[in-house]
Amino acid sequence: MKTPRFEYHAPRSVEEVLGLLAEHGDEAKVLAGGQSLVPLLAMRLARPTHLVDINNVEGLTGIAERNGVVAFGALTREREAEGSALVSRQLPVMAAALPHIGHISIRNRGTIGGSIAHADALAELPAVARITGAEMVLKSGTDERVVSAEDFFQGHFTTALGDEELLTEVRVPKGPAGAGWAFEEVARRRGDFALVGVAAMVALDGTGRVEEARLCLIGVADRPLRSSAAEAALVGAEPSTEAFVAAAEEAVRDLRPPSDIHGPGDYRRQLARVTVRRSLEAAASRAGKAS
Amino acid sequence: MSETSEFDVNGQHRSAEADVRMTLADFLRERLGLTGTHLGCEHGVCGACTVLLDGVAVRSCLMLAVQARGHQVTTVEGLADGDQLHPVQQAFRESHGFQCGFCTPGFVMMTTALLQENPHPSEEEIRDALSGNICRCTGYQSIVEGVLRAASSGAGAAASN
Repeated sequence: MKTPRFEYHAPRSVEEVLGLLAEHGDEAKVLAGGQSLVPLLAMRLARPTHLVDINNVEGLTGIAERNGVVAFGALTREREAEGSALVSRQLPVMAAALPHIGHISIRNRGTIGGSIAHADALAELPAVARITGAEMVLKSGTDERVVSAEDFFQGHFTTALGDEELLTEVRVPKGPAGAGWAFEEVARRRGDFALVGVAAMVALDGTGRVEEARLCLIGVADRPLRSSAAEAALVGAEPSTEAFVAAAEEAVRDLRPPSDIHGPGDYRRQLARVTVRRSLEAAASRAGKAS
Repeated sequence: MSETSEFDVNGQHRSAEADVRMTLADFLRERLGLTGTHLGCEHGVCGACTVLLDGVAVRSCLMLAVQARGHQVTTVEGLADGDQLHPVQQAFRESHGFQCGFCTPGFVMMTTALLQENPHPSEEEIRDALSGNICRCTGYQSIVEGVLRAASSGAGAAASN
């Protein structure tokens, strides 16, 4: 396969990238890890006339803890995050989600920022961003803004990122002390895109009741979906199978997942029901009582 | 738009002119004549084109050749030492870890990377690491056996030398 023709740019600094994006607007596409973009080019589903390769840009990599968040340079490889002690200690939901992304050789190239900016509705990292309340740092030649995950993901392949903006950093908050987290996914084969995936968080109060719960589903809508009704229903509940079954019912009540070649919508809905319960059980089993 | 790509392949400095849209896989095969790297799906699903980039397994169909500039690429041609097969190749041969052989370069490169990182993987770890490589002869049992044999022969230690 041959990609469409494009002009290739390999800038060294963020300023150079922003200059190129300002100049070429929606005719330019940023190339990060390339694990989604290169196939799209090969199949000619994307036809940018300018490809801005950010792999040689200084200052876009690294994982650092500051002010209660773990900050990822947008070009940080998924495999690096997977092996990071900081991530496994502070962001267990991300540590659980990362191994579900493609395969090792995909994660060796694929980047944190690339997956989030690409915003595939079935991708894991957007769900991690959504459940943790991550913030995305977007730079343009004239401005820098910080956008919450809630506002960032707008639909399948659609985000708040403007044509002249570059996602430079992803800031992921650590979440409540003692909270239990889980990420569960059902896919036809290991490494395939999820049919349904669920990120869950359960935090308990001093009496062992649910103080806060969070749920985020992928595979059931055009973006990662927080389930506020189910989250609210769990607050104050005893963590029990009954409570989680009821929450799962609440979570799927208004879902109308799409049917496609991978399965009918009803099947996805049933998978969501089961996966929500399992992920809540897993999260609760990892939660410590608040002291 | 054509540019020269220069980088080290199997320890040798190589250079050739190519259209910037040429993938690393096509560049290795068509410009450098290294046809040991196979192309199956050409969109990152089958794993046949796996090579090592600075010692790490990547899919050469999902990279442009110009992106390899300044990096070290290892292909299946770089494993054997003259007539002496690399321990991973030897173990695959002894286990009959291939049938038609089309997917073999990808499996061998992925295994080499796996054993460098984890010289004694469990069968489950092997299956996870190889989950991104497809064998349409479905010779997976003997491929996994080949990896186990390579690990027990100390291929991981040899590979990291």
